[in-house]
Amino acid sequence: MKHHLILLMAAKLMIPPILLFALYVQFHGDYGPGGGFQAGVIFASAFILYGLVFGLDELRRVAPLSAVTKLMAAGWGLYIGVGYAGVATGGMFLDYGRLSSDPIAGQHTGIFLVELGVGMAVASTMLAIYQCFAAHQSRELTDDEW
Amino acid sequence: MIIRIQNLFPVVMLSGAFSLLSAALFVSMDAVDVAFTEAAVGAGIATVLYLSAISLTGAIEKPPSGSRAIPLLVMTGLAAMLLYGTADMPAYGDANAPAHIHLMPEYITGTRTQIGIPNIVSSILASYRGFDTLGETGVIFTAGAGVLLLLRRGRPRRELANQGGNE
Repeated sequence: MKHHLILLMAAKLMIPPILLFALYVQFHGDYGPGGGFQAGVIFASAFILYGLVFGLDELRRVAPLSAVTKLMAAGWGLYIGVGYAGVATGGMFLDYGRLSSDPIAGQHTGIFLVELGVGMAVASTMLAIYQCFAAHQSRELTDDEW
Repeated sequence: MIIRIQNLFPVVMLSGAFSLLSAALFVSMDAVDVAFTEAAVGAGIATVLYLSAISLTGAIEKPPSGSRAIPLLVMTGLAAMLLYGTADMPAYGDANAPAHIHLMPEYITGTRTQIGIPNIVSSILASYRGFDTLGETGVIFTAGAGVLLLLRRGRPRRELANQGGNE
């Protein structure tokens, strides 16, 4: 891959906008199209592009599998935690209305946190799956093989 | 075209292109959220995962063993049933379709009065059907955990066995 200069440069240029777009989709999901799932996948795809172009070792340096798996659990845990926060504040499971004194503000908080949890879980799961597959590549593929 | 090719590499490329095309289709149906997902997952990540699976297993499909008549019969029957099912579907964009008149008006007014965010899709997914989404996230988590359990350990077993034989 070292000699694919155009590919390297194009990837370098594209990865930051992809990450930025993923964050936009994540945090603007309440107002425009998008949400946690889409944002998570886009976020992961930037990392996967990085891994494809620069190699798995580089990707592991940026996003180690141990951290990625923890993020997987943390994302889902955040969602469940928000659910129980509703119970703890005297409402029902996943009852966001009580997260704040104003029910509508509570809904905003709840949806924001839940979407964040989904985004974290999805992005890290996609990254973990990709890393697992890529780790089994026993050798570097040459260009003519494709 | 896809089903006639034996080399799996073009098959993966074509299905990626098909995904991108269906994403465009979803956009033209105003389902932007779905189009997002289809473009990112179907055309992007799934293609990469298929490619890495191919590089692990081999790119040429094995010639099928046994008769092709039974699978053909099953698939024809399934296709006939599905086509029969679509005959009863309401017309695209029909305002009186059951999906639009049962709970939808409540969601549409409720999103404004109870939740207060402009994106109705987000309010349904994250709040009205929060339980569903919790389960979906669980499914994704479980899928990831399954792949991790199966594939996490370094190299494939075959290679390790070969090494053992050489020593």
